[in-house]
Amino acid sequence: MTTDVMLTADTVGQRRENLYFALRNPKVLIGLTIVVGLALLGVIGPFFLSATPNEYIGPKSEAPSADHWLGTTYFGQDVFTQFVHGLRSSYLVGSLGGLIAFVIGMSVGFTAGYRGGLVDEFLNMLTNVVLVLPALAVLIVISSYLEVRGVISQAVIIGLFSWPWVARAVRAQTFTLRNRDYVDLAKLTGKRPGQIIMREIMPNMASYLLMSVILLFGGAILFAAMLDFIGMGPSNSVSLGSMMQQAMAWSSLHLGLWWWFVPPGAAITLIVGGLYITNVGLDEVFNPKLREK
Amino acid sequence: MGRYFRRKLLIYGVTFFIAVTINFAIPRLMPGDPVARMLTRNKVANVESSEAMRVYFTDLFGLDVPLWQQYLNYWAALFKGDLGVSVFAFPSPVTSIILDALPYTLGLLLPSILLSWFVGNSLGAVAARSKWLDNTALPASYLLTAVPYMWLAILLAWVGGVILGWFPVAGGYSFALRPSFTWVFIVDLFHHWVLPFLSLFLVALGGWAIGMRNLVIYELESDYSNYLQALGAPRRLVRRYAFRNAMLPQISGLALQLGVVVGGALVTEVVFAYPGLGSLLLNAIQNQDFFLLQGILLFIVIGVLLFNFLADVVYVLVDPRTRLGLEGGVS
Amino acid sequence: MALDVNDLRVHYRTTKGDVRALDGVSFSIADGEIVGLAGESGCGKTTLGKSLIRLDGRMRHVGGNVLLDGDELPIGNDRAMNKHRFKDVSIIPQYSMSAMNPTRRIGKMIADLLRSRGLSYRNLKDELVHRLELVGLPERVLDNYPIELSGGMKQRMVMVLSTLLDPSLLIADEITSALDVSNQKAVAETLVRFRDMEFVKSMIVVTHDLSLVYQIADTIMIMYAGRIVEKAPAETIVKAPKHPYTKALISALPEVGLEYGDKRLKSIPGKPPQLLNPPTGCRFRARCPLASDECAEQPPMVDVDGGHQAACWKLED
Repeated sequence: MTTDVMLTADTVGQRRENLYFALRNPKVLIGLTIVVGLALLGVIGPFFLSATPNEYIGPKSEAPSADHWLGTTYFGQDVFTQFVHGLRSSYLVGSLGGLIAFVIGMSVGFTAGYRGGLVDEFLNMLTNVVLVLPALAVLIVISSYLEVRGVISQAVIIGLFSWPWVARAVRAQTFTLRNRDYVDLAKLTGKRPGQIIMREIMPNMASYLLMSVILLFGGAILFAAMLDFIGMGPSNSVSLGSMMQQAMAWSSLHLGLWWWFVPPGAAITLIVGGLYITNVGLDEVFNPKLREK
Repeated sequence: MGRYFRRKLLIYGVTFFIAVTINFAIPRLMPGDPVARMLTRNKVANVESSEAMRVYFTDLFGLDVPLWQQYLNYWAALFKGDLGVSVFAFPSPVTSIILDALPYTLGLLLPSILLSWFVGNSLGAVAARSKWLDNTALPASYLLTAVPYMWLAILLAWVGGVILGWFPVAGGYSFALRPSFTWVFIVDLFHHWVLPFLSLFLVALGGWAIGMRNLVIYELESDYSNYLQALGAPRRLVRRYAFRNAMLPQISGLALQLGVVVGGALVTEVVFAYPGLGSLLLNAIQNQDFFLLQGILLFIVIGVLLFNFLADVVYVLVDPRTRLGLEGGVS
Repeated sequence: MALDVNDLRVHYRTTKGDVRALDGVSFSIADGEIVGLAGESGCGKTTLGKSLIRLDGRMRHVGGNVLLDGDELPIGNDRAMNKHRFKDVSIIPQYSMSAMNPTRRIGKMIADLLRSRGLSYRNLKDELVHRLELVGLPERVLDNYPIELSGGMKQRMVMVLSTLLDPSLLIADEITSALDVSNQKAVAETLVRFRDMEFVKSMIVVTHDLSLVYQIADTIMIMYAGRIVEKAPAETIVKAPKHPYTKALISALPEVGLEYGDKRLKSIPGKPPQLLNPPTGCRFRARCPLASDECAEQPPMVDVDGGHQAACWKLED
């Protein structure tokens, strides 16, 4: 199996090179710094602040100060505490929802692309159907029927409706990869389809899959924020979207409480923007053609 | 070409079927009696009207017949345009409530979709040839696509409405006016329309610009561009071809993005209390008005499907590869 | 003398430094001559073909000059070169299958191209149709989209278009690699016919298929690592090669008629040197069975006999 050995050696070498370029790509660095920085704030922050972000702790409608870094709400809740808890739930929904969508999209794409034939016809049809469904509207309707809404259930329904484009792209790539020599070789040596997909096909589109995960993560965060804003978010918890909803509901706009509605939206923009920038940088890393410009 | 359309129509048909089925299934899958749920949450004050509604809704859900018959009845009613009766605006039929709100949503959506597509594509095509513009427009575009729709709407309402006071921040028209075909009303309507339109337009703009820029660069590196340049064709001609060909994926992209923009329109309307489907949806949710909720979803699905089909027709008109029934189209 | 290339140097710019793809190439081509240009992949033959018509973004013209019919071609200046392209120098690209805009009718595309060069499609149309018929294409292909044509038809379409303005020099870049055997032969014969009918004055056929070029070329040049190592009449290259590399190349073919192409030559141990920092002296030295101390110095191109030149210190052996 000399080809096998050579192939793995090549991939490892190439991965190391990619990592080298990734860590030197300014776009990747900037993007990751933003995303990781806010994630740390969301993970660590709550330990230093109140565990109950909705508690009424201070003066009402107060502007940012040393005591309340982002001011207080109309009811005297600390905006920074809410913000940090909101970050945490955004990341949670984003990663979980993105992951679910990724697993579904990948399974559908690989199965359709590798099997072909009727299986492909069916899965491709399914993909196209979910693709044209207006996801947010469907999500709102489904959420509105749920008696109790939690972060997990929100992530699950988001995941269930945001996988199609991944499936489509993975399917197309699998089509081109499945006829390569090394896949034939693996087939001849009697490997099972699952093994072939995991060992031979997936590593060859690893870069693509990584970028898909990033986009799905960002997409799920945006979806969750919109649902929360409509009031379809997790009951009894704080999220960036629900902060904006509360701010709008209690006319923070007219009262000039900008510290209430600016931070949550800015955080989402930064996270999602950071993810996009990382992706553009990664694209340059994985496609050396772009790198040389 | 026939095969292409047959395939598309099949997909749209199945999608419609599934959407209707979801609509039918959800209230019945949820635990408890849907009628009781609707009525208790609405706290109908008057006992008599409460009883009248109970009888009416039990009859409407048709819960006393077998499930398959309920399903068939549901479809039959649907084809008659009967989507039931609204609870919070009892006894107005859902269809007429939606039809009242629809023009506002369309008036926001269509201009913002088409204009953002047009301007974004032009911007992207220009960015692809200018280093300076590429370095400024591209980061801005990425930022715009990352903004949650409602946040940009909130910011615009705050800056343009509250701080500067240039535009009203709520409603589709002033409360003092009645809808009519007078100049005063039309100007007022436009005045209320500007901010929600702008926020939808801006968010969508970035995505189109990025997509177009990448596509044009890709086309400029393609074989036919190289050949033309080797034969001494001026940049103008090469760019024109690249731009034309890069438009094609953007047309199918228009259809694919529609679901997202519609979602954006829903939350934007909520921010501005704009009297379209989005605000209606919020009302329906807050009042647990499930008939209205389902009706809105159905309307949105039908609208999205129609628009998709339209995009397919346009695509066939502009791309000879699909027209000739050969590969190259988007399936 | 149709084409005269003197000490041409073209480098590729990469993040690691300059790759010397053409490192002092000199040769000339007579009117009516078809020259085959052969060598392993990466030897610089495609770069040479491109340099004469259009450098791609990463290539830099570093030194040397090119004279066509006595006038210097401004190959390093993309803009100034434009007026020579198509009219004086033309190319049949490697990628004929995808060379035409897929969303434009072929006739319209040609009209666009001619108009952009200040020429009239109407005036040239009769000649175009005449030449299409010559290669067996009906006039109506002009109303077709490229996708409606078969591979062979697209190839012939591109050949006719590239030579429409009767260029002095035509570069045919690996044009047969995408075709099946019967089409390959037809394309090769068409090239000769175009020369005979004086649609083109002279021609460089870049290829890795020695047998094909042997059938149509008057002269064959062998390139190795950015330099020309041997140039001789086709017959001589195949039957009496002088340079050790050419000898190895010819003997590597079980019989004349097989491609060596991208497969590494088994009979020549080692691989061509890196062109990033090429070794001094003869570049074939490391793989050459005859190499000795004097090969540390660059061997000059010397005349072996009429029209046969080679660059090697061991020619007498």
